[in-house]
Amino acid sequence: MSTATPATLKPRHRRIILIVTGVAGLAIAAALVLSAFQQNLVFFFTPSQVAANEAPQGRAFRVGGMVEKGSVKRQPDGVTVHFVVTDSAKTMPVAYKGVLPDLFREGKGVVAQGRLENGLFVASEVLAKHDENYMPPEAAEAMKKGQAINEKAARSIVNSPSSK
Amino acid sequence: MIPELGNFALVLALLLALAQGTLPLAGAARGTQSWMNLARPAAQGQFVFVAIAFGCLTYSFVTNDFSVLYVASNSNSGLPLQYRVAGVWGGHEGSLLLWVLMLSLWTMAVSVFSRHLPDDIIARVLGVLGLVSVGFLCFMLFTSNPFDRLLPAAMDGRDLNPLLQDPGMVIHPPMLYMGYVGFSVAFAFAIAALLSGRLDATWARWSRPWTTAAWMFLTLGIALGSWWAYYELGWGGWWFWDPVENASFMPWLMGTALIHSLAVTEKRGAFKSWTVLLAIFAFALSLLGTFLVRSGVLTSVHAFATDPKRGIFILAFLVVVIGGSLTLFAWRANRVGLGGQFDVVSRESFLLTNNVLLAVAAGSVLLGTLYPLFLDALNLGKLSVGPPYFETVFVPLMAPALFLMGVGPMARWKQAHVPELATRFKWAFAVAVAGGLLLPLTMGTWTPMASFGLLLAVWIVASSLTTLASRLKQTPGSGIAKWRAQSRSYYGMLLAHMGVAVFVVGVTMVKSFEAEKDVKLAPGESVELGGYTFRFDALNDVKGPNYVAVRGTFAVTQGASAVGMMYPEKRMYHVQKNAMTEAAINTRFTRDLYVSLGEPVEAGDGKAWVVRVQVKPFVDWIWGGCVLMALGGLLAVLDKRYRLATRRQSAPLPASDARLTAAS
Repeated sequence: MSTATPATLKPRHRRIILIVTGVAGLAIAAALVLSAFQQNLVFFFTPSQVAANEAPQGRAFRVGGMVEKGSVKRQPDGVTVHFVVTDSAKTMPVAYKGVLPDLFREGKGVVAQGRLENGLFVASEVLAKHDENYMPPEAAEAMKKGQAINEKAARSIVNSPSSK
Repeated sequence: MIPELGNFALVLALLLALAQGTLPLAGAARGTQSWMNLARPAAQGQFVFVAIAFGCLTYSFVTNDFSVLYVASNSNSGLPLQYRVAGVWGGHEGSLLLWVLMLSLWTMAVSVFSRHLPDDIIARVLGVLGLVSVGFLCFMLFTSNPFDRLLPAAMDGRDLNPLLQDPGMVIHPPMLYMGYVGFSVAFAFAIAALLSGRLDATWARWSRPWTTAAWMFLTLGIALGSWWAYYELGWGGWWFWDPVENASFMPWLMGTALIHSLAVTEKRGAFKSWTVLLAIFAFALSLLGTFLVRSGVLTSVHAFATDPKRGIFILAFLVVVIGGSLTLFAWRANRVGLGGQFDVVSRESFLLTNNVLLAVAAGSVLLGTLYPLFLDALNLGKLSVGPPYFETVFVPLMAPALFLMGVGPMARWKQAHVPELATRFKWAFAVAVAGGLLLPLTMGTWTPMASFGLLLAVWIVASSLTTLASRLKQTPGSGIAKWRAQSRSYYGMLLAHMGVAVFVVGVTMVKSFEAEKDVKLAPGESVELGGYTFRFDALNDVKGPNYVAVRGTFAVTQGASAVGMMYPEKRMYHVQKNAMTEAAINTRFTRDLYVSLGEPVEAGDGKAWVVRVQVKPFVDWIWGGCVLMALGGLLAVLDKRYRLATRRQSAPLPASDARLTAAS
């Protein structure tokens, strides 16, 4: 056992080395891919879910809904914009610094990605798709859920007028 | 009348495709010569009828026939002529027709340039291509017919999406589809090999030029798409890891693995089963890509489910193609065999490692693209997988691949020696380390990522040149004769690898040193970025053929010298009422300046705008690298030995040739 160069290895050993390195390499690659995947999933929440504290703190996520009418306010620096995203049940203030997409409008669907900082959603990215009537699916979903909450609330008031 | 003619031509094409997809295959199995002979005329006839159908749809677009639903949805009488023609492939139905046209074009090319192939092989290849065509023609005729009428006819059309009204978008889809569809030829050759049980170096030599040609078109198509996104979307991004982009990138990764695996199969007779498997996957991912982009599944999984006819057809088609060919593979792969032995350290093992890395990369893109769709379809919640995931995965996967790219062409087949390789490459490695450490300093700041990226790029160039020098030294003869003795496919490989190096430089420099600023500017004010001063001079209204626009005038200076004028626009198209950002770009060899108008700001005289200015060093090298890769592919396709094969069909390569010629 001293100077075994690959040339002196038996074919069977050679094949075992190949297989072992191959499997080990694949395992490392798979572990790398899966852990990167785990760390970079961006989940979607509606303003109601955020209000119910379901959204993660200190991790990026997406929020979607409608840009509330009259809520878009440009800050004095000219490039920071504050607006409110609503799912018609709850609202959520958003701050974004930069150029907004061409189809960003009050009363239209929007999806923003960013983090919660003291109740304010600081967006790193604002998405609105390139079609006047197109609603980002996430935003449409948020509106649907928000309206369902409203309806439920309305029904519970009708059904139990005595409570509260 | 014309649309009905087009429809009829499609039906005839389907009948011919049915004949092409059944009789020659049966003939090859039974050894009936007359049935096999049917393949060529059927393929050529099919091409004629698909071309007629395509011509009819184009005619309907050019003449603004809004009684055709597809024309009414994707065109408008105010649309300029060239975009009316491009509108043919602006939507789902027309894209499918373009796909089928490309498929019949490739099939036609195979039937013309394959006189030297044995009859049973060509019958099987054309038969498989015919079956693929049957699938697509049925899909088109039964679920997405571009010739469906709209009665009563629309007064005017809904117009082509303004984003697609651009020269880049006119050629991007055809290029991309040439690539996607081209892999169907590689797929057909693989299936033919499984059916016949004959898979040898000769087979690889037949299959290689087709695969490389498809890969070349796909490379150009992806590069064009990226370039288009860069200048047309208006915000300076060149790759978003968007599902639409991923859909074209996955077959590219598989196809890149495939052309390298084919090289081993041709030179050494090894990797046989692996090559067949890669050909199947490359085509399967091409199919998946086509459907992902054009079926609407990305916009909304649920909207897709409300039109179940298309969805079920697509799923069934994918299951039949992928399931069928994998079953065939499981059944016949042992007849094809694994191929030759090789050592732990050899050119084969390096190429195998690269193949596995590319396949894992493709798998990771597939995971990131499909996982959110699956969760959404099962109502398990909504999530997205962003660029950080793909970037985290790609750097460690591609770095060893890029390193091996330098070593591979020098390593001996079958058995290589690490000490010998280390001696040969010591200078190349030293140059790479020095380049990686010092080059970032020319940009003013040093970062580890910039250093690492440039190290890899310099390494690829230096090691490739080392290999070239040693090949020239081993070649007898003198001066120019030595250079001419190297094969075209070797130069093709060299050029393509240089293209990768150029691409890596572009990506590294942009990622490390790009600068961006969003500012509020009124005419007369200026902003400084990266040593350049952008002065906002004026704001004018301009009128285009089917839009109105606001145009800004910017004067750019660097120190005391003028760089040029830039004119970004904000356009409003008449029909779809979409605002469009048309960026102004000033290009030099080592950088782009990029100015886009954001939105007007209600302040003071009301003339101020939010403006985004960007300095993007070496960004054009990204697409330049892709063009070099594609040119390398072209050189390799034109290699003499593919034409020599016409005369000496299955003469084995002389041993010395096999050792000297590189994997390209």
